[in-house]
Amino acid sequence: MTSTTISRIRQNQIAQLIASNKRLDGRGLTDYRPIQIETGIIEKAEGSARVRLGKTEVMVGIKIDIGEPYSDRPNEGVLTTSAEFVPLASPEFEAGPPGEDSVELARVVDRGIRESKAIDLEKLCVIPGKKVFIVFIDIYVLNHDGNLIDASALAALAALTNTKIFKYEIKDGEVEIKPGFEELPLVNFPVAVTLAEIDGKLIVDPWLDEEEVMNARLTISFDKDGRICAMQKGGSGTLSPQQIIEAVKIAKEKSEELRSLVVKKS
Amino acid sequence: MSKKIRLVDENGIRTDGRKPDELRPIKLEVGILNNADGSAYIEQGKNKILAAVYGPREVHPRHLALPDRALLRCRYHMAPFSVQERKSPAPSRREVELSKVIREALEPAIFLERFPRTSIDLFIEVLQADGGTRAAGVTVASLALADAGMPMRDLVAACAAGKADGYIVLDLNDIEDKEGEADVPVAYMPSLNAVGLLQMDGQLTPEEFEQAFNLAIEGCKRIYELQKQALKAKYLAIKEAVEEAVE
Repeated sequence: MTSTTISRIRQNQIAQLIASNKRLDGRGLTDYRPIQIETGIIEKAEGSARVRLGKTEVMVGIKIDIGEPYSDRPNEGVLTTSAEFVPLASPEFEAGPPGEDSVELARVVDRGIRESKAIDLEKLCVIPGKKVFIVFIDIYVLNHDGNLIDASALAALAALTNTKIFKYEIKDGEVEIKPGFEELPLVNFPVAVTLAEIDGKLIVDPWLDEEEVMNARLTISFDKDGRICAMQKGGSGTLSPQQIIEAVKIAKEKSEELRSLVVKKS
Repeated sequence: MSKKIRLVDENGIRTDGRKPDELRPIKLEVGILNNADGSAYIEQGKNKILAAVYGPREVHPRHLALPDRALLRCRYHMAPFSVQERKSPAPSRREVELSKVIREALEPAIFLERFPRTSIDLFIEVLQADGGTRAAGVTVASLALADAGMPMRDLVAACAAGKADGYIVLDLNDIEDKEGEADVPVAYMPSLNAVGLLQMDGQLTPEEFEQAFNLAIEGCKRIYELQKQALKAKYLAIKEAVEEAVE
């Protein structure tokens, strides 16, 4: 997806600096930009968070609803993740149905949460086979300055940690909502780490200009026990097998750093 | 989740009789659709997938044309009858994502800069799905591109590996894909030692991932040999037909 929105001179500058282990914004190759996390910022959402990753800004709102389970999983709650590239976030974004990049973003974030079994979906069953809780994770990109995947995954996790589910009782087979809330059964804490490959070097947390220059990126999600729970290569270049193994090592270390920002060590 | 189907038995044999590092039977055919500039067909286990290439041709709509190279477009699509429960023919979010990652696996193989301002349109139709359709889709699409005479750096071979019942296994079938612990699809260009597609879902330790990933690369190398045979087979058949005609 290399576009021509940044000049060749700048592209060369970025690549040359990285060749000597430096970056245009002064970071080391495996450094994240400064990260700020706020939670509980939207009162009407059952859970919410805003993550600033350098100048990238992503909000995640979580809504809970009651609906029908999937027929092949009658005793489990439903998780759905969507991502919206809001046009105010970048001159490149347009209003309209989700494009392939936003579909990919939502699916990669979803995969991390789903495959790590972060939410105990069986606890979200209300009436087996009939009524379950549906958890809607909506990713809202507010400012695009690169590495939307990591920012979104972190915001989703932060939002899940402060998600409340309304209480209910069952009367004559109907669900009635009662006052009061319970915590969402969150049992795992997946985070995503994205690396970009530029001229044979791996860098962590590419910002927008680096994304324009990169050959390919690789996102690796780790659960709280250091297991890999999702991966996604992106970009129209390639990676060597050696780079992929190397990326896993770097990402594992960085994932612990990221998780500690959201989840305090117990 | 209660214990369900056993995926690997006590002798290390899988539900379809394979050993952990064995591929399913693969049948490849090249040049099977008349209208397309290039086409190919794959059967891998019960997977049946067609791929066709049109182009390089004029880009529609025109504003999408790139000044310095061809635009590669890829559509991965599943037929409504390809799975147990009818799939709506409208493209799902899964298909949108797979179309993207398949395109990104093939783009680095093609000399797109040879055809500026044109489009190369690639269509992958899954007629029957049996697990591992994205990998089989890449394998067959790469053959269709070669059949269209596209100048390429290498053929792209793809294969998944994963984990089922604690075993690292190659080329997951439908049940292993659904009930297994993890799935790692990989697309690889052997002569460039380059990976163009890599995804994972499930749970693997970094060590298990490395094992599965290496096994998938091994599978890609075997599939690569089959791809080359399939391409040669088409031209051998033509040669024989010509020789017969001459006699």
